Amino acid sequence: MAEYKLLTKDFATEGLETLRVYERTGGYQGLRKALRDFTPESLVEEVKTSQIRGRGGAGFPTGMKWSFLPKDVFPRYLCCNADESEPACFKDRYLIDKSPHQLVEGLLIAAYALQVETAFIYIRGEYEEQRQLLERAVEEARAAGYIGRGILGSQFACDVIVHGGAGAYICGEETALIDSLEGHRGQPRLKPPFPAVKGLYGKPTVVNNVETLCNLPHIVMNGGEWFAGIGVERSRGTRLWCCSGHIEKPGVYEMELGRPIRELLEEHCGGIWKGRQLKAFQPGGGSMQVLLPEHLDLPLDMDAVMKAGSSLGAGAMMFMDETTCLVNVSMRLVDFYHHESCGKCAPCREGTYFESDLMHKLEAGRATPEELATLADICDNMNGKCFCPLGDTATWFVMSAFKAFREEFEAHCGAGECPVQARNRQAVAA
Amino acid sequence: MSLSAETRQAVQRHRDRYPHPKSAILPSLWEVQHEEGWITPEGMELVAEVLGVTPSEVQAVATFYSMYFQKPPGRHSLLVCVNVACALRGADETAAYIEEKLGCPPGSTSADGAFTWDATIECLGACGYAPMMQIDHRFHEHLTPERIDHILETVGKEPGPHEPHGGPATPPKRRR
Repeated sequence: MAEYKLLTKDFATEGLETLRVYERTGGYQGLRKALRDFTPESLVEEVKTSQIRGRGGAGFPTGMKWSFLPKDVFPRYLCCNADESEPACFKDRYLIDKSPHQLVEGLLIAAYALQVETAFIYIRGEYEEQRQLLERAVEEARAAGYIGRGILGSQFACDVIVHGGAGAYICGEETALIDSLEGHRGQPRLKPPFPAVKGLYGKPTVVNNVETLCNLPHIVMNGGEWFAGIGVERSRGTRLWCCSGHIEKPGVYEMELGRPIRELLEEHCGGIWKGRQLKAFQPGGGSMQVLLPEHLDLPLDMDAVMKAGSSLGAGAMMFMDETTCLVNVSMRLVDFYHHESCGKCAPCREGTYFESDLMHKLEAGRATPEELATLADICDNMNGKCFCPLGDTATWFVMSAFKAFREEFEAHCGAGECPVQARNRQAVAA
Repeated sequence: MSLSAETRQAVQRHRDRYPHPKSAILPSLWEVQHEEGWITPEGMELVAEVLGVTPSEVQAVATFYSMYFQKPPGRHSLLVCVNVACALRGADETAAYIEEKLGCPPGSTSADGAFTWDATIECLGACGYAPMMQIDHRFHEHLTPERIDHILETVGKEPGPHEPHGGPATPPKRRR
């Protein structure tokens, strides 16, 4: 089956990043229709009907998230989370690069549904080129009357502020994002109160992912019921898959939810590179648990992958061939969390430090079997005990890899070097 | 040394753009870095004064985010991603090659002052186009030794983003 193109259907069109071309492909008709045919309340209902779940990682139903806002408390705020920093995820960058106006239109539709007059796009500092693209799109949209007062002749008024971060993975966590947007060090806040009740500047706030918002023009144009007919039960619509690692054709592919992972790998990614075998893969992003070749027939369905012990998270698919050392991969991911820990809570701040230290020892073949037990103990003392999910997820991949590749971990103990790399070297020499 | 009137005005514009002035700290610090090349004490004081917050609040923010330079960097900043997706496609070799070319270890500046570089574990969002590097916020992807040679040679001759366009390509002045 071919790719199912919904968000990406016009991405081959030259100049799509400009308002003129975006409008020619039907751009801003969704906003027009939302203002003409819906009240804010009926629009929230329409999004509930679509059954769309958030594309940022947690997969929470968007319509339900929206309905948590307390009635009659204003102002309210909307933040687009474009702080994409999850290892192996690059779909939000792709969406912005190709069609910044699609995001702006989706943001405005959400702002209308939520009766928000100031909407923000929080984009990571490393995406400076994309921030500039968005700034240009916002200025074009403002000049055309899609942003500002009395949008398209309605009573709806909304301003859009593009806010660039400055390098902090933690700001992708929604309360840390809000903290950062308020001008603080980006550290997570205690929940409850949830942002829907007390968020930006203490006001009701919704934080939605880029891809989630990009779906809204299509939901409005075609209807919630139509959208709910794509995909499978509890996983509706399409998703953009960020495919990386040892494959012939890395890149972003949009596919209907519910198709098998194997189809993504074999038909779109061109299979494992160099004619090699798949050893393991990581769906969802750097936080998620490892899966094995036997899981390739799982459907791209959030619940099914969760039942298999991992998650579709933010839409990554990182494939590893037979030459890959899972200890090395675990070490890098642990290093990442160690680097990005915000330091607010001790289990994460100290735990990632010890984890990283041990993983480096293990990868160098200098750890003892007792230290492997210590590693498991450290992870156990972090998972579920950290202030925010960053610390918890710093243990998920390494623990799942330890379980699935126990022999490989044990073979590193006292080996004096990485046994997998040693084997690879021998194979090359032979 | 005080900052330019343009930077002050830019900070004022950021202040007036947000519902609360404190939200303007991050964009204002970017203005400082664009003019100075790094986050100078004078720059932090200016931001604090214009936004009506204390210098310590500004400094707390400036030291949290990894992209703000705490000391003067070379003309160009270069980052190579060595997170897993890039590493699977040879990022360690890319980083080693760049180290050899620039003649200085990660986290330092080349002798000619052209590049401050680092190999970062922070995923830069180019996993499908690995190995990659960013120079002055621009993505360079599908790197090979030949491409790296070409890019370093071309960019190395250009002025840095915080210098006036076409100005002399000299290392930034050291202050304090």
